Order: sequence, then C-alpha cells, then structure tokens
Amino acid sequence: MPTVSMTVNGKAVSADVESRTLLVHYIRDHIGLTGTHVGCDTSQCGACVVHVNGKSVKSCSTLAVQAEGADVTTIEGLASGEELHPMQAAFKENHGLQCGFCTPGMVMSAVDLANNMKNLDEATIREQLDGNICRCTGYHNIVKSIKDGAERMGG
Amino acid sequence: MYGFDYHRPGSVADAASALGGADDGKYLAGGQTLLATMKQRLASPSDLVDLGGIADLKGITVSGGSVSIGATTTHAEVAASADVQGAIPALAAMAGDIGDRQVRNAGTIGGSLANNDPAADYPAAILALGATITTNKRQIAADDFIVGMFETALEEDEIITSVSFPAPTSAAYMKFKQPASRFALVGVFVAKTAGGVRVAVTGATSVAHRGPKLEAALNENFSASAVDGVQIPVDHMNVDIHAGAEYRANLVKVMAKRAVEACG
Repeated sequence: MPTVSMTVNGKAVSADVESRTLLVHYIRDHIGLTGTHVGCDTSQCGACVVHVNGKSVKSCSTLAVQAEGADVTTIEGLASGEELHPMQAAFKENHGLQCGFCTPGMVMSAVDLANNMKNLDEATIREQLDGNICRCTGYHNIVKSIKDGAERMGG
Repeated sequence: MYGFDYHRPGSVADAASALGGADDGKYLAGGQTLLATMKQRLASPSDLVDLGGIADLKGITVSGGSVSIGATTTHAEVAASADVQGAIPALAAMAGDIGDRQVRNAGTIGGSLANNDPAADYPAAILALGATITTNKRQIAADDFIVGMFETALEEDEIITSVSFPAPTSAAYMKFKQPASRFALVGVFVAKTAGGVRVAVTGATSVAHRGPKLEAALNENFSASAVDGVQIPVDHMNVDIHAGAEYRANLVKVMAKRAVEACG
C-alpha cells in the first residue's frame, strides 16, 4: 500500500492507503476530518469540495495518491481559532444554510470563487456555483451569503 | 472501484514504458471521466499511469498565429489564459463553460480529447479550428484524430503531448447544455479561417463531426439566414430522455445561427 503524504490545513499528514482510496475518504477516514462530506459520490453535488494547491476540486473525484505532496485545505482549515472565516461568518449571518449538509462544499467553493473573481454579482455567483447542489434553501440565501462574504474578503 | 497499481512517472517516455509494462493500463489525466467510470466499475484497469507529474505536458504558448496547449493544461487554465483569450476568445469561452468550476480545475484538454465523449466540447473545437494534435509519436490532424464514439486515432500507449490551434479570423461556440450534466445536448462551433468556414457539431450524433452542408452554405453567404436553407438529416441524431431526433436536428440550426451571429 502506498504511503500518501500531504499538508492538510497547514499540518503534515501521512497514511498508508490503497491506490484506489479517494481523497475524500483519505481526509475523513484516515486523517479524521469529517467536515468534508460525501453527498452524491458522482461529482455532481459538491459537498466534498476542498482546495488542492489553492484550487477547488471535488475530493470524491480525486485519488488521494494524486494529491501526494499537495497543500490541501478543508472546511476545518478556514477559521482562526474561534474566529470564523469571513465567508463562514457571512453564511451564518445571512442564514445561508438549513440542514447544513452541503455547507462545507458551498463555503469552500465560495472562498475559491471570491479569491479568483472580483466584484461578484448575483448572476455570476449563480453560474459559478453550478457544481454545488443544495436541497433545502432554494439558493437565495446562499447567493446572498457569498456576495456578502466576498465583500468581507475584500472583493 | 476495483484496485489497481498506481504509477506517477516524471517524463513522457517513462509514462509510455509504464503503460507498456502493464497488463491493461490506462493513462490518468484529470480523472474527471475515468475515475467516475471506474467507480461504476465500467472500467477496471490493472494500472493507472498518472500524467499529472509531467511538467512538459503543462502550459500554453503562442507563436506565429497559433496557440499550443499542453495536454494536462486544465479547462480553468485555458479559460483564464490571456494568450488564449487574445488569440482565440471562443476557445477560452468554451473552456470556461465546461462542466462546473471544480471539474474545470481538474479536467484537462488532453483527457477530454483522448476520451472523445460524443457530447464533449473540445472535439468540436479541434474540428472547427483545424487543430493539430501532437503525441509522443506523431502529429495528427483533427479531422483524422476523431474516429468514432469514444474512439480516436490514438494507439493504446500513445500520449497526447499538446494541441495546436491556428487562430481563426473569428469564431464562436454555442452550446445548448443538458442542465444536469452540463454536456452539450447540442453544441456548434463555427470558425472563419483562412481556408474558409469550418463548422463542427457535438452532442447531436454518436461523435463530433464537421457540418459540410452548413460549411457550404456559410462559405457562400456568411449569415444566420444562410443556415435556414440547410437540411439537417435526422437519421443519425441521438435520441434519449432529454431530446428526440427532430429536436436535436433543430437545435443544430439554432446553435449554428447563434454562433454565426456571435462571429460577427
């Protein structure tokens, strides 16, 4: 079994896993960070979105071995201690969630979006969010949260 | 997903020899189709040879009026490239509309072309723009590269290294998306080139193809109205729960008209 090593939320981690282990299972089952969710397992829903070397990807459609040596950020890596990341705070204050299952992926996609596109308007947010599915909210408050969060992040 | 042996070579030559030494190996690029296929157990290669660690396969260069894109360059990188946006804006826009944001951060031009999905966008782009595919063995013209459904001219162990697109006078791609998969229900790529108008259609039939009747009409009169008189045969159109043959045939004309109008 290959030993797969990477940096997750600033911490060096390593685990012996089968080649076929998906990145999401490596993070959840081997590193013990269960904030990243498995929703559909078919690359549709986006609940598993994490950042690999600064880019948002679906960790259910990435092998752990492909992320060997990478710098990975999960939802657990956003806050500074008790202080929420501005995007997390915006989701909380704008009620951008109901059941919360999709929220880790939503927030990780939103942070990537805000990092890469400035002056986000509603239409752009909706278009760029098409890799994340929410079955509760109807998206209105999610879009509002992302606009607010992006502004708090300086965009 | 069944187990497999994983290889991460640092060069194209090492990748080819790793595949040559495998029982039933496959190259892995972004994995956005292959891994999903393996999870469904529709594919079970004995070995995966990951091309992601080969620096030579990445990057975009522009020279002498053509854009060369390394095989493992992602859709997001093509979409964001100032060079591609400047030389062939239609290609950058097309790459920026593939799948979703996360798929674009992982999926690659070489992977998309080697897979040659009948509803993928890049096969239409290479046909319409008259691209040349460079492999570790040879150069292949786009018209020879696309062979059939999920079938290309690539040999088993052949690796796409880059794709070169001559810049057209103008071009546009219009896609009617299947809203769940974001693949093309029908997509039409129109390019005005030095050698005349080239039109390619994806999503409509079993494989992306040129549209000779559309090309003839548009070479005579490059306007949306010229598309009206073209008969699109319904015989070979894909039929599924999303669209029937007549609907798809009509979409070919609608997308062609929009693309012509967008070319200006």
